[in-house]
Amino acid sequence: MLFRPNPSSGVPIYLQLMEQVKHAVETGALRPGEQLPGIRPLAEELVINPNTVAKAYRELEHEGVIELRQGAGAFVAGNAGTKKLMDTIRAGQGIVADAIEKLRARGVTDEEIRRLFEAELAGLNIRGGHRG
Amino acid sequence: MADAGVIDTADLRKTYGDIEAVRGLTLHVPGGSIYGFLGRNGAGKTTTIKVLLGMTHPTAGDVRVFGLPANVSRSSVAIRRRTGFVSEDKDLYDFMTVEEMIRFTAPFFPNWRKDLEERYLRKFELRQAQTIKSLSRGMRTKLALLLALSRGAELLILDEPTSGLDPAMTEEVLQALVSHVASEQMTVFFSSHQIAEVEQIADHVAIVDRGRAVLAGTLDDLRERYRRIQMVFDGDAPQPAFRSPGVVRVRRKGRVVTLLTSAGAEHVVNEARGLHPVSIDVTPVSLKDIFLETVVGED
Repeated sequence: MLFRPNPSSGVPIYLQLMEQVKHAVETGALRPGEQLPGIRPLAEELVINPNTVAKAYRELEHEGVIELRQGAGAFVAGNAGTKKLMDTIRAGQGIVADAIEKLRARGVTDEEIRRLFEAELAGLNIRGGHRG
Repeated sequence: MADAGVIDTADLRKTYGDIEAVRGLTLHVPGGSIYGFLGRNGAGKTTTIKVLLGMTHPTAGDVRVFGLPANVSRSSVAIRRRTGFVSEDKDLYDFMTVEEMIRFTAPFFPNWRKDLEERYLRKFELRQAQTIKSLSRGMRTKLALLLALSRGAELLILDEPTSGLDPAMTEEVLQALVSHVASEQMTVFFSSHQIAEVEQIADHVAIVDRGRAVLAGTLDDLRERYRRIQMVFDGDAPQPAFRSPGVVRVRRKGRVVTLLTSAGAEHVVNEARGLHPVSIDVTPVSLKDIFLETVVGED
């Protein structure tokens, strides 16, 4: 299954679902023009509120990631350019891998590295006013 | 108050002798929501549900369902006609078979939906010839749910629908609810002391404690507003006096200060920086944490 939000993580489920759809598009697991599961089947499959799925789809449409076609369902937007995003992610992976290597060389444990990353991300969220 | 909801109560009170079961409960349940009514055993959930259904009269306060006063018997009959209800005990007649129970119930409801009845008989794998006495707890719950869902109701009120069910059966019941709401226009109001299931399927929640709603809102809003902030200091942590609004609780232990804020985490972090901690961590908070802080924390 592509999507698996965690209801008890404290992060709104619709945001998790949005991230997971975007990730699937970025990695090419979902390609432009491909159909996403309908609101009802997805709500049933994940056993989450259909309103939550609907909200995630609305927001994704608003961001141009998917298109909602009346009566037909949700589709990955034609211009949700996966190539560029994949390049960006690959570049990011390289930077992260470098940083981790350097930290390990200094004797920082993986658990500490994880915490540092999370703390820094949380800090960025606060400064940038990101709603996540 | 916003638009009239499917359920609206204002300062609702119910006392039995000198026991105050409900002590000024205000609720607003919007149409189309799955509303989780979360509280510990004895918090006043069942009493509230009985008041909503006109099964008991409130001592004071206002209670409306579909805009109709639930404490007036004539409108209470109208309310019950439009509402599916599953009690915690799953009241069924033990001597009847599954089929007899369904045939007995259907005529009370003019909007009875034969299509839904058949759908849930199949989905729940209920055997029509089986006597109710011999049903397992899970099958009993499913039959009670079938009877409530097939009424063509606009509102479903469930009192601890999954109590006593194993995790697989719980998931099945939750799935039936989610799927029902997705295909029929309806509102679900369910009481529970299971935080996980409320978190999973509800979009609105009220946390009730000792007969009062200590917190209510959309789950997304709560998840977006609440944050846990942890500061670690070089030496003993100072006794901070946070002035930022929204700070729910501050705990200090050794070199660590942990606080929970219900809003404006960025202001709290700014204030925290002024104390020069070695590190500040900001993390999202689960409904369980919020529940434990707002309910148990009051003792």
